[in-house]
Amino acid sequence: MSALTVDDLHLAIGKTSVLRGVSLDLPAGSVHGLVGESGAGKTMVARAVLGITPRRARITAGRIAIAGQDVTAGKRPLGKGVALIPQDPISALNPVHRIGRQIGDALRLHLGLDRKATDTRVLELLDHVHIREPERVARQYPHELSGGMRQRVLIAAAFACRPPLIIADEPTTALDVTVQRQILRLIRELQREAGTAILFVTHDLGVVAKVCDQVSVMHAGRIVEQAPVETIFAAPAHAYTAALFQATPRYDRPADALRPVPANLHDDLLAEAAAYDRARR
Amino acid sequence: MAEPRIWAGGAVLATLVAVALLAPWLAPHDPLAQDLLAGQLPPFWLAGADPLYPLGTDSLGRDLLSRLIYGARVALTVAVVASALAALLGTALGLVAGWFGGWADMAISRLIDIWMAFPPVLLSIVLVAVIGAGLPAVIIAIVIVDWTRFARVIRAEAIQQRGRDYITSAVTIGLGRWAILLREILPNVLPLLLVLLTLEMGVAVIVEAILSFVGLSVSSDSPTWGGLIAEGRQYIHQAWWVMVAPICCLIVVVVGLNALGDGLKNALDPVLRR
Repeated sequence: MSALTVDDLHLAIGKTSVLRGVSLDLPAGSVHGLVGESGAGKTMVARAVLGITPRRARITAGRIAIAGQDVTAGKRPLGKGVALIPQDPISALNPVHRIGRQIGDALRLHLGLDRKATDTRVLELLDHVHIREPERVARQYPHELSGGMRQRVLIAAAFACRPPLIIADEPTTALDVTVQRQILRLIRELQREAGTAILFVTHDLGVVAKVCDQVSVMHAGRIVEQAPVETIFAAPAHAYTAALFQATPRYDRPADALRPVPANLHDDLLAEAAAYDRARR
Repeated sequence: MAEPRIWAGGAVLATLVAVALLAPWLAPHDPLAQDLLAGQLPPFWLAGADPLYPLGTDSLGRDLLSRLIYGARVALTVAVVASALAALLGTALGLVAGWFGGWADMAISRLIDIWMAFPPVLLSIVLVAVIGAGLPAVIIAIVIVDWTRFARVIRAEAIQQRGRDYITSAVTIGLGRWAILLREILPNVLPLLLVLLTLEMGVAVIVEAILSFVGLSVSSDSPTWGGLIAEGRQYIHQAWWVMVAPICCLIVVVVGLNALGDGLKNALDPVLRR
């Protein structure tokens, strides 16, 4: 059974189309990368899956199923069935609560653990994400921890109830490069161990290459190419995917080999999107 | 300590509390005892003063210092009780409006708009006139008039909190809406609430003085600062100190409470503290 199925999802904010027929299928235990430029709609897909779209956003067509259960119009099994690793670890922890409590909330809520069992489990989770001195960290407040530490805490919280699906919304963008590698490795390690499926939203193709099995490339609310990660890196089928690779710096290429995504390619894709909107009306 | 205003304002508040609590022991005389032979005695630094009455007496020979001390009880009671109740009502409505939005926000915000269209002092005078004079009436009037001060600001703060990432995090672990409001948002608005509460105490002291000045507060036989000002006004040319002394008390207390509020605001706001 698939951990996540998104089928022909259309979403509009007011009269503006934001998602135009997005389809994804994540088998249990797979990692699916969702890449694209800012405004392509990657984060909106993630938010729609979690049911936290902006107030004026409406799903106009399509369906979302988490672990086989249709949640398009209903309540998401938040915390237990699907969890989020957020983008910015600095602001994603409530400044007034201790670390231990913020991880423990989900445990108490979904697993019905008592205080003592929760505390023990929190320490295990902190240890699991390679935080040294978990007893001390559990008693600390968010501002006492570094960005990387906080992201580890948030990862521990996301995996706390062992949900079959985790949405990772650019979990490394706010971190510096050396920490990024450790965090990616940690996510991959925990994912393999728990058999979690992850929808990995990012604009960083390097990150995709490291952690993903499948990749979807988005532009203007549509998926322009979907393929296994080896295929897409070896031979991108769509011109836009190829252009994205051209725009990504690589250590084995001179810096002046970088090319921005050509403007006419953007224009063509936007014209296609507009034609698509007209055809649906 | 980088905030001297907290210390100055705190000292004023502490003094007010101490004087109000210890009034029976601090006051040299019964505040109601008349001594018609010792009427309109001047305070101690003027010629003709009686050392028995350090701040002088009013036209009925009642000791001014004792009356001021007992007046502090009324001022403090109103400041604490009325502010706390107004804070409770305003914060509850502000949080609900800001967090739930939609219809709740529409209804509460329009109510606030309508409320604020009335001149506040006039509204409280009318209210007390309708409810009837007395301390509970004064407190109710202040609560009914001033809850909007809290509701407006707390609503804005709750809306800001709603957009924070940690609130989204709380949503995505599956916490309920009320649980998030009470456990994630409320603790974050408490510092702001403390500042508002302190400032509101100053306002409540003034409103109580206004109401007792126009004779709508506590019955005339228990002394209030506003009542003293009203009495002193009648013989301002013969015994000016009867009016000036309670005005000084009011000014010191209100300035002190405002300083405390401003100091707390700076100390608790991480942006201003920088």
